[in-house]
Order: sequence, then structure tokens, then C-alpha cells
Amino acid sequence: MKEFKVTPIRNGTVIDHISVGMALKVLKIIGVKDDVNSTVSVLIHVPSKKAGWKDIVKIEDRELDPKDLDRIALISPNATINIIRDYNVAEKFIVEVPNVIKGIMQCSNPGCITNKDEPVEPEFVVESKKPITLRCVYCDRVTTDVAENIR
Amino acid sequence: MDIVSIRDFSREQIEHVLKLADKMVPVAKGEERSVLLEGHVLGSLFYEPSTRTRLSFECAMTRLGGRTLGFDEPKGSSVAKGETLADTIRMVDSYCDVIVLRHPQEGAARLAAHFANKPVINAGDGAGQHPTQTILDLFTIRKEKKNLEGINVVVLGDLKYGRTVHSLAEALAMFGAQLTFVAPPSLQIPKEHLKQIETMGHKPKISSSLEDSIKEADVLYVTRIQKERFPDPAEYQKVAGTFRIDLNALKDVKRDMIIMHPLPRVGEIAPEVDATEHARYFEQAFNGVPVRMALLGLVLGASK
Ligand SMILES: Nc1ncnc2c1ncn2[C@@H]1O[C@H](COP(=O)(O)OP(=O)(O)O)[C@@H](O)[C@H]1O
Ligand SMILES: [Zn+2]
Repeated sequence: MKEFKVTPIRNGTVIDHISVGMALKVLKIIGVKDDVNSTVSVLIHVPSKKAGWKDIVKIEDRELDPKDLDRIALISPNATINIIRDYNVAEKFIVEVPNVIKGIMQCSNPGCITNKDEPVEPEFVVESKKPITLRCVYCDRVTTDVAENIR
Repeated sequence: MDIVSIRDFSREQIEHVLKLADKMVPVAKGEERSVLLEGHVLGSLFYEPSTRTRLSFECAMTRLGGRTLGFDEPKGSSVAKGETLADTIRMVDSYCDVIVLRHPQEGAARLAAHFANKPVINAGDGAGQHPTQTILDLFTIRKEKKNLEGINVVVLGDLKYGRTVHSLAEALAMFGAQLTFVAPPSLQIPKEHLKQIETMGHKPKISSSLEDSIKEADVLYVTRIQKERFPDPAEYQKVAGTFRIDLNALKDVKRDMIIMHPLPRVGEIAPEVDATEHARYFEQAFNGVPVRMALLGLVLGASK
């Protein structure tokens, strides 16, 4: 029998191996607020079998869509997504930083056209994945602080 | 084909534009006539004031037999009523064959290119890019110096915020020029730009003394130092005075050194310099016409 720090969930998503300290930001970027209608458990500073410490987020009755997964990779490159169905891990994947980021974060340049009322989604080219470096496709501004600019 | 950033150009492509521009000079001067762009319409959208850029585009289009429509300030147009740039572009796109855009927001030209089917030429977007200025600067230097490899270009003034300086510096580095950046410490070239330039060519020199650098210069590129950048007016006066180019500052310079300035100048270059064999800023302003002719011909598919 597996040992669980929290009660096992029947269906939902477990985001594991979140970079320690990032769990609350993960909640923010996947849009989990106080208006959720299922149980969300957050484990902060959990010993990790792989190395050091990690955070874990468990969301009942919700399977995350890929757009949300990209967001997680930006602030937590080693996170794994476990889709739980009927108490078992039915699917498992490692999040991956995409080459292009669209519509997830806003440009850090206040003078950028994408920060005005124009009908475009901000778009960034990933210049480096480690450390994460993004360049705005519109104004060329380079950003490294992703968590700060997530919408 | 859009012209949004100088980074969209390879060295070969820039060389090609310079060659085409050279052929346009007699037409730009009015010595020859051309109907290259007859029947074509240029949509000229200036959300910010500009004299040289706007007039030279209009001149280039007219000299090639085309016509221009548009506005030179957003006041009174639908823009003033809060229309998005995207909507204005989609509308103008259906009235013309090529769009020239000057806009205060960075990235505006890229956005316009996204919504337009017709080619978009960036005529300056905020503190961002101004690629046609960069090409005309290169054209001017090339005309005088033939080969850019190893020539000493001293860039003087506001190197921190100056719109034209960063793209020009990158382009010059790409062509192998040796750059020296002369500015008061508070207005020196930002580190990111310096790094970028280093990866492209010779390691640039940094200096806060014009006197030391000017003797070696083949080209002296002067830019405006804006009063607004200084909280203390006295500090501005001091800096402006140190970097002023007058006959005295030119005592020990190379005979064939040329002085450039994107204009308008406000006291950076004394009028007495205009008559010297060094002054090239008015030629530089004229060169905007053949260069923009070449670019219009290219994006409209009339030149190959
Ligand atoms: N039914 C469940 N309810 C809650 N959490 C679960 C459930 N099944 C697995 N998990 C959690 O999901 C993560 C991945 O599970 P598993 O694939 O078994 O472990 P590991 O990735 O360490 O090999 C672990 O943090 C585990 O505690
Ligand atoms: Zn931007």
C-alpha cells in the first residue's frame, strides 16, 4: 500500500515535482482561486526521492489541459503531471517548455503595443530554456522573470 | 515582405538594398524620371510627428510615380476616437499597396504587419526600431568610406535611449566596423546591447571623453542628448557643453573624417561646422530618399 500524506483522490490531477516554493504560483497560473468547486490540496516542502525538496498540488475532478501545462513548465521545469482515474495514475507526463509562448504572460515592457487595447495575444520566442529567457515577438524586450509576468 | 526590424535583414540583403539605392540617386535628385511605381498607393500613418522620415517617404513615392495618402497626426482621424491600431491597419490595408507606420508604442509595426496583407514598413516604433534610418546611415557611410571593415566609427550622445543608435551599432558591427561609444556615464550604451554587438564583430570601445576618441575617428555619428533625461538642468548644460561639436573640437581630426547626425539637431553641432569638409548630415538626410525608393521598389515587387 502506498503511503499518502493526503487522502488518495479518485479522479483528478496531481502535479508532482514542482520546484520548491512554487506551488502557490502554480495554483495562480492554472487559475485555481477561491471559487474552485472541488478539493485542492497543496503540499509545500515535501522531501523528494529524486533530490532535495519539492511541492505537490492535487486537484480533484479536474484534468488539466495542455495550455495549462505549458504555464507550469515556465516556472517549474521538472514538474510531472499525473492524471488520476479511479485512484490510479492513468497518464503521466513531464511538462516541457514550448518554443513559443502565446497568451500566457504579458510583456514586461509597459510601452509594448501588446499592453495596449489591441486584439492580439502577447507572444514570446523562447531564446533559452535554461535559464528561461523569453523575447517578445513584438517589441523585442527580453524577460527572465516569468512568474512575475504571468497573467 | 515587411520591413520591421534591421535584424530581419542579412548582410547580403542590406548590400543589395544599398546597391539599388545607388541606382536611384539620379531619380531622387530629379535628374532622371521614373514611373517604376506608377499606379501604386502608399498609406502613410504617422501617429507621432516626423519631418524627415515622412517627407522623404512621400518624396520617394512621388519621384517613382506613385501616390501617398494618410495622416501626419492622429488628431481628427478615427484614431483619435479610440480605434485600435489593428482596425486602422485593416482599413488602410484595403486603400493602398504599402503601409508606412510611425507609432509611439514598441512593437506597433510588428502588430501592423500581422494584420495587414500589404507590406508594412516600420518608420519608427517608440524606443524600438527604425530600420530605414539604419539603412540610410549605412548608405551614407558606405558612399564615403567604400569598405566598412575596420573603419573607426565614434558614436556620440544619448546611447542609452537613442532609438537609432542601437540598430545602427548592430548593423555596423555586422559590417566589421570598429565602434567607440562616447557618452556621459548615465547615458552610456546598455550592457545587453554591448554584449550583442560583441558577439557580432570587433569589441567596441567605451569612453566618456570625446577629445580622446575623435582623433582616430573615420566617422563621427552624433545624436541628440535630450534635456528631459536630466533631472537637473545644470547637469544637462554641463553634459551638452562637453559634447558639443564646434571648430575647436575638430582641430586634430582626420582630414577625411565625416560627421553625421540623424537630425534635428539642437545645438550638438555648431552651425560653423556646416561649411567644413566634414559635415555630411544634410547629405545623410537626402540619402533617405534613394534608400526609401529602393525599399519601396523592393517590397512592391517592382525592383528585384
Ligand atoms: N490516487 C491518488 N491520489 C492522490 N495522489 C496520488 C494518487 N496516486 C498517485 N498520487 C501521487 O501522484 C504522484 C505520482 O505518483 P506515482 O507515479 O505513483 O509516483 P512516482 O512519480 O513518485 O513514481 C505522487 O506524488 C503520488 O503521491
Ligand atoms: Zn513586448
